[in-house]
Amino acid sequence: MSAPLLEIKAVGKRFGGFVALEGINLDVARGERLGLIGPNGSGKSTLVNCICGTLNNETGTVHFEGRALDGLPANRRTHLGLARSFQLPRPFMSLSVADNLRIPLIYAVRRRSALILSPQELDQRAIELLGMVGLEPKARRSPRDLTQVEMRKLELVRAMAAEPKLLIADEVMAGLSHSEIEDIIQLLLKLNGQGISIILIEHIMRAVMSFSQRIAVLVSGRKIADGKPDEVVNNPSVVSAYLGQ
Amino acid sequence: MNFPIELLINAAVAGLLLGGFYAAVTIGISISFGMLDVVNIAHPAFIILGSYIAYLLNQSLGVDPILAAIIVLPAFYFLGQLVYQVYYLSFERRGQDALRGLAFFFGLLFITEVVLILLFGVDYRYVEAAYIGPTWRLGFVDLPLRMLVPCLVSLLLVVVLQLWLTHTFTGRAIMAVAQDQLALQLMAANPIRIKRMAFAVSIATASLAGAFLIIIQPVEPSVGREYIGRVFAICVLGGMGSLPGTVIASMLLGVVESFTATFYGPSWAPAVAFGFLLLTLAVRPAGILGR
Amino acid sequence: MRSWLFFLSALSVGAIVFALALLIRSDYLFFAGYVILQFIVLATAWNILGGYCGYVNFGSAAFFAIGVYTSVALVKLGANPGRYLPEFLATSLKPLLPLPIVALQLFAGLIAGVVGLGMGYLTLRLRGVFFAIATLAMAVVLQTLIINWDFVGGSRGAYIVRPASVTLGPFSIGYIEYLFLLMLVLAVVALTVARLIERSRLGYGFATIRDDELAAEACGVPTLRLKLIATTISGAFMGMAGAPFPYYIGYVEPAATFGLPYAVNSIAMPMIGGTTSWPGPLLGAILLGSLQQIATVTISSAVNLLIVGVLLVGFVVIAPKGILGLIEDWRHKRAKP
Repeated sequence: MSAPLLEIKAVGKRFGGFVALEGINLDVARGERLGLIGPNGSGKSTLVNCICGTLNNETGTVHFEGRALDGLPANRRTHLGLARSFQLPRPFMSLSVADNLRIPLIYAVRRRSALILSPQELDQRAIELLGMVGLEPKARRSPRDLTQVEMRKLELVRAMAAEPKLLIADEVMAGLSHSEIEDIIQLLLKLNGQGISIILIEHIMRAVMSFSQRIAVLVSGRKIADGKPDEVVNNPSVVSAYLGQ
Repeated sequence: MNFPIELLINAAVAGLLLGGFYAAVTIGISISFGMLDVVNIAHPAFIILGSYIAYLLNQSLGVDPILAAIIVLPAFYFLGQLVYQVYYLSFERRGQDALRGLAFFFGLLFITEVVLILLFGVDYRYVEAAYIGPTWRLGFVDLPLRMLVPCLVSLLLVVVLQLWLTHTFTGRAIMAVAQDQLALQLMAANPIRIKRMAFAVSIATASLAGAFLIIIQPVEPSVGREYIGRVFAICVLGGMGSLPGTVIASMLLGVVESFTATFYGPSWAPAVAFGFLLLTLAVRPAGILGR
Repeated sequence: MRSWLFFLSALSVGAIVFALALLIRSDYLFFAGYVILQFIVLATAWNILGGYCGYVNFGSAAFFAIGVYTSVALVKLGANPGRYLPEFLATSLKPLLPLPIVALQLFAGLIAGVVGLGMGYLTLRLRGVFFAIATLAMAVVLQTLIINWDFVGGSRGAYIVRPASVTLGPFSIGYIEYLFLLMLVLAVVALTVARLIERSRLGYGFATIRDDELAAEACGVPTLRLKLIATTISGAFMGMAGAPFPYYIGYVEPAATFGLPYAVNSIAMPMIGGTTSWPGPLLGAILLGSLQQIATVTISSAVNLLIVGVLLVGFVVIAPKGILGLIEDWRHKRAKP
């Protein structure tokens, strides 16, 4: 069993008097599929922000591939192989949908592969990625012309464009239809098949259960459970804190 | 270099008095920027406006400038409400575009200055009052009344505001808005009304600050610009929304500026605020980064 | 179209403008034209940081002044090199003196660029708001420094003697025409560079910083580095615009050089013209610059500043995307059924 890809030790974060995260310990192995669940406001997105460098955790450490991430700005962490989608989509409004994908292709991927892709190749790759989520027809449009659901898909695929080693998908399935959810799961499974670790943050329990190898539960900034899906789902404290609702 | 202790102490005292005044100038920014996150760089323009109104009332009716400022407080409050309403409708509601909001306030700053030049010209204006002129002496320490009175009234203003913020429902609502808008919505209070009220209060303080300014020194329209660096430096150093912090930071800046003016010459004083600003930005970035 | 083609086309347009102006033979036209060209450069330069990246620089006057005072300092140095430089340096430099304006511009651009870099390094790690405030404060500090620097005249000001004419090969043109020509070339260069940036990867990076800096970072964009590049280029051009100014005006003093009009105009022109692309600052500079020239002559210079301020606030509130944006929206509406 090799060393974990991502190691989160005793991470804590406060906003003024409000404790958003406390004593979080979480590991993600290479190629693992981890589900992260918890009620709204439990700290899931804050944890993602701390992992990816958008926020700085006050206590504890985050290690990626054995390397300490503390103090590293978000873009450096992306270069190292972390990528995330934002829970509330944040597309680049003045760029076309396809160009939104060019950004990680230029700035994240090129760093690692030293391969300079021509504008045509970049565009091809962008269209390819858009095709995976059915956004190809809207490639030249502005993100303003996308529906909420389409924007979430763009978020996901933009994170994928960075060719991460660990992808964090933050509530990408909200508002999707049954079959669309299936499509996303298949897409994520395919990525995982290529060796990419995935943290799936979702409220749609069915999806989380079928997708995850392991589930961690966050409630009020603390991790209250961490284990196989069946164990976690039957854990009494999880049931009362979250699933019972 | 001969360091006469009297000179040192007088410089320090002058600095503290100046600092008291700076607190009144900055209080408005502590509220609008520190608590509401509205970058009102036109605040010094409102202060200069206050100075000129105090000047008018003083020259034509002989009214004491501080009294004049209190009389026009409601007008300034109303002006603040108006400005915030325009700001809110044009910028905050449309989503974050800090550039436009900044340009808006910068435009206001500019327009105010130009209008004042058109109305009053570039001559220095000053007011007359019983306490401008005499100086108390405590031993070898000079306490010019024209500095002492504004300083004391200013500190009184800060105390009153602090009490209002911490002990009234509206005041606490404003502090809550500063922390978390969502919490306020859950309390079923309208955050926009609260914010507008707070912003109006911040502009109202400008009326008083303006009166203090013209008591302390003669005023002409471009004087406001010197204060932009100062107020933001103090606001940041003082911990953004904290009123007590603002007072401490104001005193600090006042003393350092006073020493600089005494030992290096008054033409270097404006640069001090910038040094402060850079220092605070370098030393306290954690309080400012990505809220 | 490729950039070099654009450059040549713009130069041709400029050449035509210059030729026309020579034909009309009005000195006033050259004086006024110089000011407008200068504003084209300032507005374009400001827009690289302000429009493309979304970081507002209130201290344009400071960078402009760096250019002005670099010129003054170098000219004063050149007038009497033996007094300020070691002997061998003075004698070897003598044949080069007085320095041609282009050399002054390059020096000014270099220094202004370095200052931009330094200031950016100190403040760009923080939110855009603090950068904006810092630029304003920096302008005040620089003004204080210049006022206290007697070598360039301090608050008393400095006089620069403008030669009557300049010989360029077989041609001899009046000095003001020469300055006009220089500024014309600089404007064309600035526009070409701005356009080049827009269409390059750099431009894409800038746009992401403007749209959503947090998301840009998450995508791996080196935001700090890009912002520093923008600040440096922007500052350098502003400095280059300032370098010929002492020759143009004859007498420089800090209060006017650091005056608010430069800061406001550099912001107002792009915001009124349109901040997303290079035609915006160009349009804004020409429109607003001409308007101001007319107003100054017909009404008064204070009123003309009021007009700028009111227009700025008006556009920012009502038409934030500027004239270019209005045109684009109108075309969008016409295209949609």
